[in-house]
Amino acid sequence: MAKITFLEAIQQAQAEELARDPSVFMMGEDIRCNVFGTTTGFVERFGEERIRDTPISENGFIGAAGGAAMVGMRPIVDATLSSFLYPAMDQICSIIAKSRYIYGGQARLPLVIRSCMFYGNSNAAQHSDRPYAMFMNMPGLKIIAPSDPRDMKGLLKAAIRDDDPVLCFEDGTCWMAKAEVPDDPDFLIPIGKGDVKREGTDVTIIAIAGGVPTALKAAKRLEADDISAEVIDPRTLVPLDRDLILRSVRKTGRAICVDPAHLTCSAASEISATIVEQAFDALRAPVIRVTTPDTHLPFSPHIEKPLYPTVERIVDAARRIVGAPVAPQTV
Amino acid sequence: MHDAQSSIGDNDRRLEKYRRMQRIRQFETKAEAIHAAGEIPGALHTYAGMEASGVGACMALRPDDYMVGTHRSHGHPIAKGAMLRPLMAELLGKSTGICRGKGGSMHLSDFSVGSLGETSIVGSGGPVAAGAALGAKLQGLDRVALCFFGDGASSEGAIHEGMNLAAVWKLPAIFVCENNRFGMSTPTSDAVAGEHVADRAHGYGIPGVIVDGQDVDAVEQAVREAVDRARAGKGPTLIETKTYRYADHAVNMGRDLTPRGPEHDEWVGRDPIRLYRARLIEEGVGDDALSAIDEAVRQEVADALQYARDSAYPDFEEAFDHVFVDRLPIPADVRAHA
Repeated sequence: MAKITFLEAIQQAQAEELARDPSVFMMGEDIRCNVFGTTTGFVERFGEERIRDTPISENGFIGAAGGAAMVGMRPIVDATLSSFLYPAMDQICSIIAKSRYIYGGQARLPLVIRSCMFYGNSNAAQHSDRPYAMFMNMPGLKIIAPSDPRDMKGLLKAAIRDDDPVLCFEDGTCWMAKAEVPDDPDFLIPIGKGDVKREGTDVTIIAIAGGVPTALKAAKRLEADDISAEVIDPRTLVPLDRDLILRSVRKTGRAICVDPAHLTCSAASEISATIVEQAFDALRAPVIRVTTPDTHLPFSPHIEKPLYPTVERIVDAARRIVGAPVAPQTV
Repeated sequence: MHDAQSSIGDNDRRLEKYRRMQRIRQFETKAEAIHAAGEIPGALHTYAGMEASGVGACMALRPDDYMVGTHRSHGHPIAKGAMLRPLMAELLGKSTGICRGKGGSMHLSDFSVGSLGETSIVGSGGPVAAGAALGAKLQGLDRVALCFFGDGASSEGAIHEGMNLAAVWKLPAIFVCENNRFGMSTPTSDAVAGEHVADRAHGYGIPGVIVDGQDVDAVEQAVREAVDRARAGKGPTLIETKTYRYADHAVNMGRDLTPRGPEHDEWVGRDPIRLYRARLIEEGVGDDALSAIDEAVRQEVADALQYARDSAYPDFEEAFDHVFVDRLPIPADVRAHA
């Protein structure tokens, strides 16, 4: 077991699966030059046929991954940034998500589409997206959004071995986080299983992707207020581990959903609705969502940073939900 | 323009071409009639008039070669050799349908004959065909992937992204634009800049070939050259088959949306099946042999319809199958009222 970063976890997962299965190959824009450090040494080790630089043609090469998957390959597409998925919505939604269904099970599409959510870095509205919720509304796509290196490696390896299409959203705010990660080449984390990142008794904080480390910091700070927070990371958004979330909320009676994406129709909204529909009787207070508001992300860091779920906003929400005094609003 | 002066292939292959065109025509004639009578739900887009394009192209392929088609989906699988029973059952929404009743008329894709989809989003087959060709190349197989698309799709980015990928990676792909002169109600001349879709091949540094889409031999010959080129590792070809759709965009819609010009009668006068029949007879094939095929196909279509009618509708669980490899649970309230 070695201590590695989130980016190194991606690199390891891909390298191990490329070595294990000759039907696995990678394509994407500028992956040979290893922009982010997730393809270190790949060209030398696996060759240019399997490590393919593509034209800037997302609809083309993401759709081509679908076609290659249908004939028995297992492509890993590196779509770089999550907003680069938008030109490929046609192929993702009409071909990749639906081909197995519309042809009555004749098609099989084992492929992974990776993209980074590169927010909080003054990249302005077109480069700061966290769009997983859009794809949650499209049946046929599994979605993973890990928050630490261990989950990243185990889930990505499971995604590459999965026979369904998987979208992997990698949170840029987690890139440099380090953790102990197993070296076992068959270390997998099952898709569809959430994880209790911290146990607590007063409030359940269900946090997504980069929201998880923020929620854990908030939980630590809440100890001073004598508020015991449980932090749940669904890790997979489709299929969502509703049982784990509901079990925790039934225990604490309170739920806060922390989601770095925009508010409306968010993953937080879906989780909140699930709690209200299925654990209403256990709730001691209304569910609270802590998300990015429905505005775009501005360039200037001064006005960008406060828009995301912060430790302060989560702490305030927790105090509100347990009926404790809340710090005066400063914004 | 590619023109065939005489038929190509041995006698069996020539009769098979004729048979496949007849199968498409008669399958659709029957489908249109029962659609008018309300037996087929949804929209029905027929391929009548275009049979030589699909059959000529598919006769140049091997059974293990791949093919991607369009919403006008009845012709391609039959051209590639599919059985009629599961196709007719699909039109009727039955559990024995090729897509188990989940695709319908726009998606008659039979993977057992190499199809990888008949997709009803215009142009979306382009990247899929490029990807299948890439897959074959990476697997060291000498298979090719053929993408059928329409003149309407030639304005879609997906087709061009697929062609560019195939060209830059020298993939074994063939792009066949079936130019039937209309994108729904819009004449090609109002939608496509430049005279021919095939001219766009020059932008990708690949051959662009124009072929008489009513001449099944000419289409087969053009596609065969493209297939040879693709298998030899020399990359894709763009072929434009100049053809014509007899019916409206979709049949039985109540009014004809397609603006017909004086050329309509001329096109109908060059019916691909009649043309080919005349050629075969001229070359010594007996009228009896062809009429026997006509009759056998009539029986095959009648059998397919009977099979479809006798088949059950899908169980409700089917609606939740194939979203993923594992079947989805059915919500209790939905099941209660299904």
